[in-house]
Amino acid sequence: MRVVVDLNRCQGYAQCAFLAPRVFELHGDEALLYTPAVPAEQHERVLRAAAACPVQAIVVGEQAGAAGVR
Amino acid sequence: MSGDLRSGRIVIVGASLAGLRAAEALRDEGFTGSLTLVGDEPHLPYDRPPLSKQVLLGRARAEECGLPARRALQARWRLGVGAVGVDTAGKRVLLADGEQVPYDRLLIATGTRARPWPDPGEAALDGVFTVRTVGDASRLAERLDAGPRRVLVIGAGFTGSEIASACRERGLAVTVAERGRAPLIGALGGTVGAWATKLQLAHGVDLRCGVTVSALKGENGRLTGAEFSDGSRIDADVAVVALGAVRNTEWLADSGLAAGPRGVACDAGCRVFDMYGIVSDDVFVAGDVARFPHPLFEYQLIALEHWGNAVAQAEVAAHNMVSSGPHRRPHLSVPAFWSSQFGLNIKSVGVPTFSDQVVIAQGAPEERRLVAVYGYRGRVTAAVAVNRAKWLEHYQRLIETAAPFPPGPGAADFVDGSEPVPSDVPDPRVLSHGPTVALTGHLPDRRLTLLRPGG
Ligand SMILES: Cc1cc2nc3c(=O)[nH]c(=O)nc-3n(C[C@H](O)[C@H](O)[C@H](O)COP(=O)(O)OP(=O)(O)OC[C@H]3O[C@@H](n4cnc5c(N)ncnc54)[C@H](O)[C@@H]3O)c2cc1C
Ligand code: SF4
Repeated sequence: MRVVVDLNRCQGYAQCAFLAPRVFELHGDEALLYTPAVPAEQHERVLRAAAACPVQAIVVGEQAGAAGVR
Repeated sequence: MSGDLRSGRIVIVGASLAGLRAAEALRDEGFTGSLTLVGDEPHLPYDRPPLSKQVLLGRARAEECGLPARRALQARWRLGVGAVGVDTAGKRVLLADGEQVPYDRLLIATGTRARPWPDPGEAALDGVFTVRTVGDASRLAERLDAGPRRVLVIGAGFTGSEIASACRERGLAVTVAERGRAPLIGALGGTVGAWATKLQLAHGVDLRCGVTVSALKGENGRLTGAEFSDGSRIDADVAVVALGAVRNTEWLADSGLAAGPRGVACDAGCRVFDMYGIVSDDVFVAGDVARFPHPLFEYQLIALEHWGNAVAQAEVAAHNMVSSGPHRRPHLSVPAFWSSQFGLNIKSVGVPTFSDQVVIAQGAPEERRLVAVYGYRGRVTAAVAVNRAKWLEHYQRLIETAAPFPPGPGAADFVDGSEPVPSDVPDPRVLSHGPTVALTGHLPDRRLTLLRPGG
């Protein structure tokens, strides 16, 4: 699973960082840093974070172009 | 009519952010025909912004920055092979391995590449890097892990500043060399440039502005240091060349399209012009390689090396590839980008270089937060926020409605005594870093043409 955040949209409210702190992390007050490759045990949390993001800035999916989504 | 446009053959050249998002949007829009993505990199699509941030901080591996699929594509992927030409009359793309791929509609999304260090011998020294691709970032991250004694960053645009920030955060000694007067000055002008100067100094960067690197020095094929135009020299075992980007248009040289060093020119609907300025109906362009007219900026052709532009323009291009005449949409979104460096979130809306004045609307230059608003001939054209992202929506509305500049108080907690000053956007020729927003049209009273560096 891969994740990308549209940081133009992101408002830095950090809901994602509460829900999946191992994947999303605020760097300083506002700058969101995230781990693009999501480890299996974090899938659930990341999906919840994506759903909770108030500006829908988080896109989650399989690696683009990989077998299932080619 | 648009029934026909939902079938047929679409070829996308460039399999990165713009190419991928266009392909997804084409399927979203009901395109059922054959879809081919051609990419010269051997990798599946990946995201570049983390390469100068998470990856260099050691928080993600370069190989793990793949982009997520928003949907299945049923596309043919031709990766690891570049397009070397296009025959617009015969409607086929020529690939480096000799294959000819016929199309009904073509999307050009070949982006940019890192501008190399001008001296090939010095560029080949072990320890000299650029940061544009997975391979670049992966090799540099590995070298940073090894704990170099000093890193030299050449060029203090966004990428160079982010690299310097990552190095400092890792406790590495960093020298930044910038030919302009200040970091970020090319994209954000003198006021924010002066602020960025203080920021870098406060974080322990050995910042050298107004100088150029005259030579990279090596011994036995390894980088050992550099010499500056002011005669000074440093020892360094890593040098990162961050001199901006070069548009990938060489493959279009004989295509008859309006493609050149400044990019591929198109109309507001992403349709590419031919070399006579006649717009085509079957060749489209999106992303970093495109230059397009924007009504908010007096229809000058602008080229934006921004993630958000690649996404938005790809979606408009895809829509217009499957829509006829009146159903087509213009690419009008207000330009926006972000950068994170030295623990700060820097965001921009509008085009700061399209300005004659700037005012600090919130915060103060000494603080770690700031909003700068830019105006051109009495209207708001851009805003830059540092750790104040929530305000940008407000300024975006002012830009969209051509609100008067300087914006009235009430709009924001105006800083007492803050007066507009000249925005002080330098001629790009004096910068080491190419600005990431390039106005490539002409204003009668200004020179903002993007020029290739004089070295
Ligand atoms: C280190 C770094 C950090 C960045 N950080 C930010 C940021 O913080 N914020 C922001 O807004 N933007 C940022 N950007 C910019 C952003 O990544 C780009 O705007 C975006 O990648 C543009 O996407 P694109 O698809 O148009 O072009 P590209 O990503 O350049 O993709 C073009 C693709 O086409 C391929 N190609 C080229 N020629 C050919 C050919 N002849 N045949 C086949 N394939 C070809 C290329 O190899 C490449 O894979 C950053 C960029 C870099 C490099
Ligand atoms: S929840 Fe959304 S807006 Fe908030 S920090 Fe995460 S990505 Fe940004």
